[in-house]
Amino acid sequence: MELPPSLSHAGRAAALAAGCVCYRRGSPGRGLALRAVRRARRQDVDGVGHKYHLELVLEDVLDKDSTVNCTAEVLYHLGKKTIAPDVEFTIEGELKNTDEADNAFYNQIKSLEKELVAENIPDSHGNVSPEMEPIHLLAWVASGYVMWQNSTENTKFQLAQIKHVKQVKRSDEYLEFDYMILLHEIVSQEIIPWQMTVLWHPQRGVQVTQDSRQPKHAAE
Amino acid sequence: LSSLPHQVDFWRHPSSPGRPADLRVPFPSLQAVKIFLESNGISYSIMIVDVQELLDEEKKTMMESRRTERSISTFDFASYHTLDEIYDWMDMLVDDHPSLVSKIQIGQSYENRSLYLLKFSTGGSNRPAIWLDTGIHSREWITHATGVWTANKIAEEYGQDPSVTAILDSMDIFFEIVTNPDGFAFTHSSNRMWRKTRSINAGSRCIGVDPNRNWDAGFGGSGSSSNPCSETYHGPYAHSEREVKAIVDFIRGHGSVKSVISIHSYSQMLLFPYGYKTAPAPHHQELNELAKKAVSDLAVVYGTKYTYGSIADTIYMADGTTVDWAYDNGVKYSFTFELRDTGRYGFLLPSTQIIPTATETWPALLDIMVHVLEHPY
Repeated sequence: MELPPSLSHAGRAAALAAGCVCYRRGSPGRGLALRAVRRARRQDVDGVGHKYHLELVLEDVLDKDSTVNCTAEVLYHLGKKTIAPDVEFTIEGELKNTDEADNAFYNQIKSLEKELVAENIPDSHGNVSPEMEPIHLLAWVASGYVMWQNSTENTKFQLAQIKHVKQVKRSDEYLEFDYMILLHEIVSQEIIPWQMTVLWHPQRGVQVTQDSRQPKHAAE
Repeated sequence: LSSLPHQVDFWRHPSSPGRPADLRVPFPSLQAVKIFLESNGISYSIMIVDVQELLDEEKKTMMESRRTERSISTFDFASYHTLDEIYDWMDMLVDDHPSLVSKIQIGQSYENRSLYLLKFSTGGSNRPAIWLDTGIHSREWITHATGVWTANKIAEEYGQDPSVTAILDSMDIFFEIVTNPDGFAFTHSSNRMWRKTRSINAGSRCIGVDPNRNWDAGFGGSGSSSNPCSETYHGPYAHSEREVKAIVDFIRGHGSVKSVISIHSYSQMLLFPYGYKTAPAPHHQELNELAKKAVSDLAVVYGTKYTYGSIADTIYMADGTTVDWAYDNGVKYSFTFELRDTGRYGFLLPSTQIIPTATETWPALLDIMVHVLEHPY
């Protein structure tokens, strides 16, 4: 049975899909954000769950004029709250090549004498220093995974702030960062501290290897 | 003439016969100079009767503009400000537009901070009014910043912009810029992400009530929380919060408020009742059409796209909201704005976006206010 979804439900599914796409395709040099929902329909699959068919427009957060179209399917599983929704997507066309920016960031971090440590990105006034922009973007990309894994039809997450980030030294070629982020869940309006360990390599993409929800006062 | 002992001061010296000369005549020499000119058949006309008077006038104007510059242009609309800075600026705005703007205190917050309204009025007695509020949720800093810019804009445009002038010639505007000052102070001192009031909840270590779930419209339903530790905690009873009660009392006492526009962030939406039920409001069609026009005019400025519709359809079910209460109490034109952005920065919107946000929101606000003016009820 098909129902036209309300704007609010379409918006939640779209945000989830966009986060997933961002996680799979993002890097410190490329973050994707939801620009618009062109079309949405909802299909109730008996005994399985609710499936949203979406046509989205995504934009490059570093270059707002650069957009791509994306079709996605989001299946929220009925009853099983511990199972993450299934997300499948197809991007039309090519994403901008960010090898140069990614490699520059990679080399910059690799050459640091002391492990990188930072906090409050953006700060209270919304400022992100240019040096911290890739760290911000990496968190944006990685948080797409956390949000996807923890979403239901009644949630819509956004990354509110990086409270703290610490680079973890590794003997292999990967970069590792331990983040404490604040997620904003729009329906409940809660600010949820979340710890996530993020691995990245220019050719290997972004990976969240460990993540855990923190108690509310953990970030203060 | 220059050889005369009358100390005349030539402003344009005589050059050749037939050409005029201008001279300043000190008062004691006035009679003598006149007699001299007349007896020698030199025609004259008085260009400035009293030079000192002109000088005094000019000095006064210069001093006034210097005072205005000190107040208005030293306030940086493109930065986020503290509570004290905003309250000081409000006094400056009143000083600079004394016949248009006044400040009213409508109560005190939980922690005894003053709750102030700016009243824009060109006179009359209890004219129909438009209510605007920003900052009910303290972490939504872009709203206070937009409020300050907008209040200044209203003051500037009266007498200049035909719409603003028409509105204020018949109606009053009441603008509460820091609707939740305790929360706002807390976002500066302790927790940038604080949303609620700072009232102590009996029997709980958690502080604060969501002031946008505390209104008596669908109060206490599942579109709010009964847990004091929750961001959408509705409070022990409707209007339990002093910040909310002050507005309720004001609007009820006024009796002629025709529109309530409550400004929040973020999501880029223009919303109207209901949030506490899915059934459309009786005026759904009119409100929807007006919202559509407003967001369209907003988009023209910088291309910023808003969605619009009822609260329940567009964002989520929410019980006990400001606009639902206003609507159910006879205020037909009740709207909620959710300003920039859609999540990239969220509550931490860069200050470089303050003026663009305020600038694009202005035509949308005007659309609503003009509609209210043109559709009296």
